[in-house]
Amino acid sequence: MNTGTPGILRVALAMGLSMGIAHSASAADAPPIRVGAVFSVTGPASFLGAPEAKTAEMFVQKINDAGGINGRKIQLIIKDTGGKPESAISMTKQLIEEEKVLAIIGPSTSGETMAIKNICQEGETILLSCAAAETIVNPVASYVFKTPQKDSDAARWIYKTMKEKGLNKVGVITSNDGFGMAGKAQLEKLAGDFGITVVISEAYDKQETDLTGVLTKLKGRQVQGVINWSIVPAQGLVAKNMKQIGLDVPLFQSHGFGNIKYAQASGEAANGTLFPAGRLLVADTLPDKHPQKKVLMTYKKDYEGKYKEDASTFGGHAYDAMLLLTEAVKKAGSADHKKVRDALETLKDVVGTAGVFKMSAEDHNGLGMDAFELLTIKDGKFATYRK
Amino acid sequence: MDFTQVLQYCLAGITVGSVYAIVAIGFNIIYSATGIINFAQGEFLIVGAMTAVSLHHYMPLPMAVLLAVAITAVLGGLVELVFIRRVRDASVLRLIVITIGVSILLREGMLHVWDEQVRGLPYFTGTSLSTIGLMGARISPQVLWVLGVCTVIVTALTLFFKLTLTGRAMRACADDRMAARLCGIKDSRMVTLSFMLSAAIGALAGCVISPLTQTQYDMGAPLAIKGFTVAILGGLGNSMAAVVAGLLLGLLETLAVSQLPVAYKEVVSIVVLLLVLIFRPSGLFARRETSALRA
Amino acid sequence: MNKHLRMYGPVIAAAVAVVVLQLALSASHAPYYMTQVTMSVYYALVVLGLCLLMGYAGQASLGHAGFFAVGGYTAAVMTTCNLNAYRDAALIGWCRSVGLLIEKQDLYGHPMLCFSPWPACITALVLTGLVALLIGVPVIRLKGHYLAMATLGFGLIIHRIVQGAQVFGQADGISNVPPFQLFGDLEVNGRAAFRVQNYYIAWTVALVALVLAINLVHSRVGRALRSIHENEEAAHSLGVNTYRYKLATFVLSALFAAMGGILLTHYNGSIGPSEVSVMKSVRYVAIVAVGGMANLWGAMLMGVLLSFLSLRGVFGTYDDLVFGAILIVMMLFASEGLLRMPNWRALRARLQGKPHG
Repeated sequence: MNTGTPGILRVALAMGLSMGIAHSASAADAPPIRVGAVFSVTGPASFLGAPEAKTAEMFVQKINDAGGINGRKIQLIIKDTGGKPESAISMTKQLIEEEKVLAIIGPSTSGETMAIKNICQEGETILLSCAAAETIVNPVASYVFKTPQKDSDAARWIYKTMKEKGLNKVGVITSNDGFGMAGKAQLEKLAGDFGITVVISEAYDKQETDLTGVLTKLKGRQVQGVINWSIVPAQGLVAKNMKQIGLDVPLFQSHGFGNIKYAQASGEAANGTLFPAGRLLVADTLPDKHPQKKVLMTYKKDYEGKYKEDASTFGGHAYDAMLLLTEAVKKAGSADHKKVRDALETLKDVVGTAGVFKMSAEDHNGLGMDAFELLTIKDGKFATYRK
Repeated sequence: MDFTQVLQYCLAGITVGSVYAIVAIGFNIIYSATGIINFAQGEFLIVGAMTAVSLHHYMPLPMAVLLAVAITAVLGGLVELVFIRRVRDASVLRLIVITIGVSILLREGMLHVWDEQVRGLPYFTGTSLSTIGLMGARISPQVLWVLGVCTVIVTALTLFFKLTLTGRAMRACADDRMAARLCGIKDSRMVTLSFMLSAAIGALAGCVISPLTQTQYDMGAPLAIKGFTVAILGGLGNSMAAVVAGLLLGLLETLAVSQLPVAYKEVVSIVVLLLVLIFRPSGLFARRETSALRA
Repeated sequence: MNKHLRMYGPVIAAAVAVVVLQLALSASHAPYYMTQVTMSVYYALVVLGLCLLMGYAGQASLGHAGFFAVGGYTAAVMTTCNLNAYRDAALIGWCRSVGLLIEKQDLYGHPMLCFSPWPACITALVLTGLVALLIGVPVIRLKGHYLAMATLGFGLIIHRIVQGAQVFGQADGISNVPPFQLFGDLEVNGRAAFRVQNYYIAWTVALVALVLAINLVHSRVGRALRSIHENEEAAHSLGVNTYRYKLATFVLSALFAAMGGILLTHYNGSIGPSEVSVMKSVRYVAIVAVGGMANLWGAMLMGVLLSFLSLRGVFGTYDDLVFGAILIVMMLFASEGLLRMPNWRALRARLQGKPHG
């Protein structure tokens, strides 16, 4: 035909088309790296799982927009367990056998993690848990890792500060869920090391809405300080209830106090509370030379910009998990389960939100006491505690 | 334990007990009118408080609370119209199961409208630091608000049922529905009204307790269970007894805290529930009609 | 002969369907679906027991997950608690000699002495029966919804106990529950290698339970139950010992639930307080409502189907909502369940707002 597209245009078109096909062919040549995630997005642990899921999605999108790892994009498959271990089990098996993922990020709670620890180990699938129990990485299972800091280190920080303040009779109140009970065990175990006596130790129901009863008990025993180890809603109530019944002693909280909302819930009563936490909460007050500052500020800005809510340390655990995984894949140069696992154990000086990770074959957590900073609340905002 | 400690516990006990009493009264109003145990009662408190929190962004606190109460009352009426009215001649069991479904629906609805975060109304007077001394015991001024509001609710309801025409009509329906109908009282309207009333007082109680306990979308169910225990303890349908029973349960719980490990606080109310069901299901202040419950 | 065919014919058909399903799944790219089906079958066992109670004895139980937990937790505790410290005590020594205990090693390599799964299973069932009697004897005397309330309270107490007591692992539950050695090489075990075997074990247990239930329903006891359900006073006046039959059904339904709990705990290797929540009990009620209050097949089918969908995460974040909605819709429109032909005329009339005759 002599009408229609002139010859040279046709050639250009053909070239363009073939380049397009070649491009998509080369993209198809590199299959995506499949990563599974098992979070408690809804249910009683949703304050953990919801930010974790959002963080993971944000992280993956950022990596994919930058071209992926070694030219391969990441495909993230998120499952919501509702905080139920049996759902975690079922979904984990699904991810391992059906979706054939390289690694699983999460779960959000210790109970769920312990339920799937063996499944991941036998399925030779890397597990990067965002839950805090020590038993997750002790005893060490070669494929199982965790990213939150150690409960025992948090307890040590609290006691160290108490000792410096000269307080040695303390009352401990904890919630009766896994987190609270783990904290209780650590606090009771380590008290003696710092010369502190736990005068009274009580566990309350995690949905408790009024702590004046148990605090009156503490008041009656003349404690010099109160340690509360729980999550919402109780941690928002303790400070208030203490002031209301006139218990005017220092209050220490756990690292579960990781969101400014909890301070706001207690209003002015929260001022002066002391707690160990990841530095994310005071990122803007860190000196510029601090190794974590850049990572923290970027994460905070991205998260708050994208989701219009305050960043919390819980989402940070998912960030660290994804970070460690992608660093290991980069180092291993492949998505082979065994190679990535081996690479994970050799990671050192990876700057995450919880701290600077230093993994090894014996330590599948990689964080020490310096991952925490002792924070306080001043005028309704988080601030580093200066003695 | 010295006197101030006992007083402190007692004050905590009657604070929480009066909230239980309000929930129980809500149960009783609906039970009297329809024979149904409305498991969604707890959710009304939470919906009321959450709505008030949201409205407070746009208007001053008193208005927010009043509007929230009104909205929740409408919601209560809707629940009745949509779910309960359709089911004629249904067994009581079926209706109870429906209200369980409604409570789930409301709870999940709240989750998706408001998300899982904990919220609270600001203190009606003062702040989280304010504390009032009362013969050595220290309480937040909000506690006085709770006691005051609950007393007002109970008084208002008593007057309503005794003196107003509508109130007396509702009582007539509760006593004998057929007879009330014969007198020209539209019993279906009374049923809707009973739901609206229960929802309204629930919402008010939810608002007044919110500064003390904070509000989260799933707090409705535990409250409903405690309220139900109180209602049974006092005798289903007997609102005055519910008040006494509520204060009793509240005191029992807080005094248990002083002696036992705190973790067993919840067990107290459940054990009370089981004991009452097994040994005296018509309640402590049984009226003769309710003893006909024995099969 | 004809009657037996009518009663058991469907069971044989079901058995055939089960085998066909397994072959299909194994041959396809989705053999792992069997895992979730197996778990669902154990949940369906609970539903079956509840169906007997609700549909045939006309009683509601709002705490049936509590019986599941009594069975599951007892089995879990007995097979994981370390009695090594007491190995020389008289009772323990006797248990060892009779072969009730097993020696093994814990996570850290220390020696452990625990009960073997069979004695644990039997103890769990006996315990559940006793608990059911304890609740049933005083409460079944009462009219109407009082059993529902008492079972609700029961479910709540069990939830508190397992969440609060150290021996039950508190909020994290009990994990590392060993597999259950049935006979010879058969093992209740969640690992992939045993998948097909466990699929059949689960279905065998379920079908046996179903046959038991069918026998019950068609026997004198079943007829007595149905007469109670239709009109309790009439039945009573005819000399039917309503109380005894209701109590027996209650205990039996509790045992079904406990069996499901025991087997699922061994299959999953763990159990947690989430299995005893009020929502779980409500779910079971919702499933019975959908399947048909007095329809064993419907209950079984819906039990497997809905649990399967829920475990796969098909309902996403609306999981609880789905079951709540099911409950309402069923109670409002189809209290006989979906698998019974609904009264189409009545339904159409109601939707049009007309009264129906």
